[in-house]
Formats: sequence, C-alpha cells, structure tokens
Amino acid sequence: MTRTVGLLVNPVAGLGGAAGLAGSDGADVQRRAAQRGGVSRAAERATAVLNDLRSMLSAHDDVLVVAPGVMGETIAAATGLDATVLDVSLSAPTSAADTTRCAAAFAAAGVDLLLFAGGDGTAADVARGCGERIPVLGIPSGVKMYSGCFAVNPRAAADIARHFLAGRAADAVADSASVSAPATETVEVVDLDEEALRDGLVRPRLTASLRVPVAPTVQSRKAPTAANVAEQVAAVAAAAAELLADGVPTALGPGGTTHAVAARLGLPGTLLGVDIACGGDSASDHGVGSDSANVGRLLAEGASEPELYDWATRGLLRIMVSVIGGQGFLFGRGNQQFSPRVLGAVGAANIVILAPEAKLAALGGRPLLVDTGDADTDALLSGYRRILTGPGQWAVYPVGERTDR
Amino acid sequence: MTRLPVAPKPPLRRFHQARWDEPIVFELSTPGSRGVGVPGVDPAIDAAIGDEAALPAAIRRENPPALPELAQPQVLRHYVRLSQENLGADFNIDVGQGTCTMKYSPKVNEVLIRDPRLYDTHPCQDPADAQGTLEIVHRLERMLAEISGMDAVTVQPAAGSAAIWANVSMIRAYHASRGEGAQRDEIITTIFSHPSNAACAKTAGYKVITLYPDEHGYPDLAALKAALSDRTAALLITNPEDTGIYNPRIAEFVAAVHEVGGLACYDQANANGILGITRARDAGFDLCHFNLHKTFSTPHACGGPAAGACGVTEALEPFLPGPVVVRDDDGTYRLDADRPQSIGKVSPFYGVIPNIVRAYTWIMTMGAEGLREVAEIAALNNNYLAHQILQIPGASMGYPETDARIEQIRYTWQELTEQAGISTEQIGWRAADFGVHYWSSHHPFVIPEPFTLEPTESYSRGELDEYARIIAEVAREAREDPETVRTAPHRSTVHLTGHKDFDDPDRWAVTWRAYLRKYPGAGARP
Repeated sequence: MTRTVGLLVNPVAGLGGAAGLAGSDGADVQRRAAQRGGVSRAAERATAVLNDLRSMLSAHDDVLVVAPGVMGETIAAATGLDATVLDVSLSAPTSAADTTRCAAAFAAAGVDLLLFAGGDGTAADVARGCGERIPVLGIPSGVKMYSGCFAVNPRAAADIARHFLAGRAADAVADSASVSAPATETVEVVDLDEEALRDGLVRPRLTASLRVPVAPTVQSRKAPTAANVAEQVAAVAAAAAELLADGVPTALGPGGTTHAVAARLGLPGTLLGVDIACGGDSASDHGVGSDSANVGRLLAEGASEPELYDWATRGLLRIMVSVIGGQGFLFGRGNQQFSPRVLGAVGAANIVILAPEAKLAALGGRPLLVDTGDADTDALLSGYRRILTGPGQWAVYPVGERTDR
Repeated sequence: MTRLPVAPKPPLRRFHQARWDEPIVFELSTPGSRGVGVPGVDPAIDAAIGDEAALPAAIRRENPPALPELAQPQVLRHYVRLSQENLGADFNIDVGQGTCTMKYSPKVNEVLIRDPRLYDTHPCQDPADAQGTLEIVHRLERMLAEISGMDAVTVQPAAGSAAIWANVSMIRAYHASRGEGAQRDEIITTIFSHPSNAACAKTAGYKVITLYPDEHGYPDLAALKAALSDRTAALLITNPEDTGIYNPRIAEFVAAVHEVGGLACYDQANANGILGITRARDAGFDLCHFNLHKTFSTPHACGGPAAGACGVTEALEPFLPGPVVVRDDDGTYRLDADRPQSIGKVSPFYGVIPNIVRAYTWIMTMGAEGLREVAEIAALNNNYLAHQILQIPGASMGYPETDARIEQIRYTWQELTEQAGISTEQIGWRAADFGVHYWSSHHPFVIPEPFTLEPTESYSRGELDEYARIIAEVAREAREDPETVRTAPHRSTVHLTGHKDFDDPDRWAVTWRAYLRKYPGAGARP
C-alpha cells in the first residue's frame, strides 16, 4: 500500500533562539536575528528526519510530498529523495501565511502524515491551515516548543512516523483484526506571547489543536493506569461530566480536557473559549448524547468576562479548568475571562481543577500556577488543592503564584 | 597460545532465546488423543449400582468439557517449549524488575511441600487430622507478627493485592463498627506507593486521593495534612517507596492520620530492605501487609497463586478474615469461625498452603539474624549496582540530591533520551536480547524515562556486574547504533506486542472461548 508523507519546513524557525530573541515571530525579529547571526535549525533537522526515513520511503513506494522551495523542496532535493512538490506559490520572503496555505493544501491532498519542522508559532500556523483534518507531527526546530505536537527530537520524530505509517499499512489489510489501528490523539497548540517573554514574562496562550500520532508505547503489564494520555483525558472527562449532572451551571475553561467534558455531555463547545454548560438532562428531551442519563445543555458559548461575572453574581456558578500548556497555568493564561472579580464571586470552593495524571507528572514537581493579576485572588487560589484526575480519584497538588524568572 | 577446546566466553553473552512458533494448546488438540486411559468401572461396582447412572443428575455434565485432547508427550513438549520462551527468575539475572523483589526461591522447599501429609490433604479434612499444617500456619502468623510488631496476623490472602484488599475491607468494617462508615469515604495514598493501594481502595468504593512527592522525592507531609479530614478512612502508604527512598518522617504521617480519626496502613511490598531493622508497629501503624512472594521468597509463579499476609493491632483483630487458626492451651490447633465482626473469607479455605509452607521454611532457615542480614545485603547490593549503573553516560537517579536509597532505585534515562531519541521502553526491548528483564515504572512517569532496579540479596557481585554491562552496552548502542535498539528485540522469542489487545475489553481474550468469540476464524486449521 502506498502511503503519502508530507513535509513542511518553516525556514526561519529557531532563528531567534541562538540570537537571544526568545523566538522568531514577525519579519522584524527575523531580520534582527539574521543580523545577529541566527541560523535556522529547521532545514538541518528536517534533513535528519528524511535521512532516517529513507529506507522506509524507498521500500514501500511511499510518496513524499513537499512544500515548494525553501519550505521543503530544496531540502528533499539535497537528500536525493524523490518528492512531489505541492502546487502552492509562496511569497518572498516566506511568511506565516505561506505555512498556513501549505498546510491547507496538504490536508486537501489527504496526506497520511504531515511532518512539519518549526516551533510553537509554526504549529499554530499549521493548525490554522489543516486543523485536525490530517495527522501531523512536529519536528522540534523552534525556540519555544510548549505544544504537545512535537517529538522529543528528530530521531524520535522519524521513529513515531515509521510506527504510525506501518500501522496505516497494516490497517489496510482488512482481516487483520488484531493489528492496532494507528491511533491519533488531539493535542493542544500553545504559543507564548513573545513580546511578553522578552520582558521576562511567560504567557502561554492556547491557540488551536492538532491531531498527532500516539507515540508507540508498549508497556510491561505492571501499569494499572492508562499509559495513554488520551485515555487519561477521557477518564477525567467522564468524572467531570458526572459532577455536572447536578445541573449547576459550569463555566468550562479553554483546553482539550475541558473540551472533552463538553463532548462527553454531547456538546460541541469552544476549545479556545469559555463555555457555560450544565448536565443532568435526560436524553429523551435533548437528543442523543454519549451518556443517555446525563446530557448537557449549553447555556453560553464563548462567554466574555462581563457575562461570566453576571452569571457568577446572579446565582451559583461553578468553574472547571484544566492545566494550560507545559508550565502548568490554571488561571491568567489563555483564560483571562476568569478575572479576579469573577473568581471572587464564584469562590475557591466552586472551582474544580481537572488534569490527567500524566500532565501532573510532567510538571516534574513544579507547582501549578495562577497569575490573575490580583495578589489577593492569587493567594485565595494558592496552596494544596484537589485536582480531579479520574472517576473517584483526586490528586492533592500545590498551586502557587507565578514564579517567573 | 594453545587453542582451548572450549572457547573463552566474551564479556557479553551471545544470548539467543528459543522461538518455537508454538501453537496455542487448543490448536494442538487431536480428537481422540488421550493423556491418561481412565480405567472403566469395576465390574463388581457396576453389578451393584450400575455404570454412569450412579452419578446423581445434579453433578453430571450434559456435554463433555471442551478441553484440548493431547497425549502426555505432546503436553510435556508444549509446556517445556513455552517455558523456554519465558524469562524466569531461575535463569535470568532478575534485578530489572524493581519493586518485584525477584529473589531466589530455594528449591528444597519444592520437595518439602510435596510431602503427602501436606500435598494430599483435602481442605475439608477434619482439623484434628491436619494439626501439622495448622501448626505451620499458626507459627508463620506468629513469626510475621514478631517481624512486623503487630498483634495479630493472617496468611489467608492468596496474593499481595488480596492482602491489601483484606486490609481495606478491615478498615471499612472498623469505621462501620464505630458508626462512621458512611462519613469516612476517602483513602489517601502516594504516587510512589504500590498502585494496588489505590486500586484496592477504589474497588472497595472509596474515593482515592493521591499525594505527589516534595522536591526531594519524599512523600509530602504538608500535602497529607491538606488532604486529611473527618472523611479520611485511612492512609495506605509504602515505605521505602518505589524510588527506594525511605521516609524518615513516617511516624509523623501516621500521627497526622490518627489525629483526624483515620487508620494508617503500611504496604510492605518493599520490606526487603528493612527486615529486622524497622517494624510497622514501631511507626504506629494500625495495619500492614507483606507479599510472601517478594520478601519471603515464595515463587511469583507468573502472577499467582502467591500469598499475602495482613498484620493488625488488637483494635483491628476482630475484623480479621476467618476462620482463624487458634492454638488452645493444650497445644492443639483448631479453626475459629465464630467471629461476628470478621470480614469473612478473602480466599478459599485457609490460603495458599504450599506458599505458606515455603515462607515458613525460608524464615526458619534464615532465623532472626538471617532476616536482618537479608536486608543488609539487599541494601548493599543495591548501592553496589547503583555505583555501576551511574557510571553509564546518560543514566542518573531520580532525585539525585536525596542520596540515601534502601533496596531499589528508580533511575532515569532523561539525558540519554534527549541526546539519542531512545526511550526507556526501547532500552527494555533491547535488554531482552541479552536475556534479562528490564522494567520502567508504574504510570504516570513522575521521574522521566524511568527504570527501576532491585537486586535483592540473591545475586552475586559477578551477576550484578553482568547486568550493569548489559545496560551499559544497550546505552552505547542507543547512541552509536540507535536503529538496532529501536527495532529490538532481535534475539528474543517475540517481537513487539500491541497494547490494545490487552486494554480494550472488545479485544482482550483471557480464555479460548472468548478468543473464538471475539475473533471469528481463530482456531481454524490451515
């Protein structure tokens, strides 16, 4: 079976890192980085991945589809691999819009996997172009890589790609029921505000979501918890949806975990905004949900700060948030709608924090963070808090105020 | 130089495991084959009461069982082949399964347990005829009471997790007896404790609160205090935890739990480094458990049957599973089932008698000084192996600044993974090519890219050196020849297996019948 692999390279990714510019977003920064001798790591790293995949690509008659010019074509040509070039015309010099247009073209072409080399900014541009329509995998080449779509290094990227594509081929053999279908999971794309970062502030924003292959993990059978983060998220969402069955209006913060809660209640929800929902309705009244006894009702979509404040002061409102990005922010990053006055009106007791265990473990012992801009509110939310990690299970984990360096 | 008739061996074994391509035993079935010719009914009996009609209808099968039909030699070859495709503690340097305590199970015990006075006793035999067996049960319970400091012990649970389950059941019964059963619905544990604690608590219907470690890898006392309330039923905690770090403030943890009216339950899965040195009771615990297959040398037996022991204080004794073995003043043993507060049976009859006997003889051969020596050698071996492992570029310890480790260590390949793109799982797959077990960690991975080694007292210095050489070689390959590691195992029996077949209820099949049902076409002969 022939499989198609896409390659998209952000030629300026990583330019600002060595130059000490905390990122490479924007033409002006890229010019300054080039003046300071910044070099792009993307081409070099994409080359490494292509070389690692060489034997697989040639052995299976796989088709390599690349973005034109410096965004892929020249890199593939240098490796000597045959490649089909995407029919997209680029601007000169290339820009973020080119990345988005190429990603859209890869989605339209229906590649089995799109490999892109870049950082968080590139990931956001890719997501803008292809969303979750095709599986993608980031070759880490940027300065900031807080998003969940990156392999740990180019070798691992090639490794994951190989496993994933092997799964695709096996899946095409219809009767092999025991072969695992190539699994993908939705991950969050976050980006930091680079202007703020240059001022010493870490501000991850949740910008979009992408669908990535689940890294192949074969565990020894001593692991009683779900090894797969996607399964952990599903378990947290199931537990959270159960809490919503009491009918209390609940403001669901941005992020994949809270989005999964909405999905569990049969609601679309906005991944990046705050939605107010309640559960507990029965399926007969409100169509078919994933849990017939607990179907959700969307009370407000993409709620603004004044709307939330209005809800909070009119009656009981619960807030449900998950951990944003790799830093572990709960409030103050990507969910500023939860202002100090909203949080004050809701009260700490009515704030439910969700996190799959793997996300807490990945913090390496660092506390969860709050930075609402109001010291009293931060203090109210700080200390040891219960985090819902699944049905009937919580972690007690420290929440601290911002400790930016 | 003279050419030796037997070539000297290289420092790294040129291991290759058997690969028999062996079918499932049901697929080997040949209709009509028999392993044993069962004798017909004696003519005299037949004449007196008739043939099959003698069996009452209630116990007669309507259809014969769907068992595979094989002759004895085929059965023998089948299972010997499967045994060659395994990596048991009897033939690999089994230090790579940290927390499992893969120590030597003395073979003389296999002879002892086959004594017909034990082996051929029916569990319903009148206790008057089984005094020796009951005496061993009783004596083992008293020895474990001495080792743990607890007042009463039962060895009825058939496994370590079954012992934790029994402890959770006693915790529930204790609070219920005080009218606090409904109120105390939370059990607290730590992320580095044995995960069976959380699992058993959850199975019993408790809410489970998990504490994360402080920055030094110790259980976080402040987190415990934040989690405690009048809803706390108990703290279930392992010490040393699976990091090998001993919590020196354990008595403060216990006291904090007691302050809110909760019980403190000590998971002694990691007791091998503290035998004869510290006791559960001395830290104030109300309950504890041992895995006899870990600390007390009975075989792990591929997941059972094992044996577990629960130890409790006097206050919890009425809740022990029953019946209990009692020694009367005249020296006779009997079974006491008249215990109204007992949680009842946690396993059929009185536990796994062969393992109880194995653990008893092991303790008897060791003696009190021997048990302490076990702990000391286990800790020495662990620290010796650590010295070898930490010289491997890319390997380090979780919480390196916290340097005291007891009988095991959770290490990390974080540096190697970042540099070479090889994960701890892949290291493990490649280690199998050298004929050794290797295990990462329970989930979630709190220490990144973890691996957990526990050498116990059973391995020689030469064997520990060999294990370290294997791990060093795999780490070297990870940098210099990552493709070999990434595509491992190459010399093992099986290649990689997918998780989904174990995790997905629609796909797992633990019986042949389920396999046929879920996978139409399975079992068809080519």
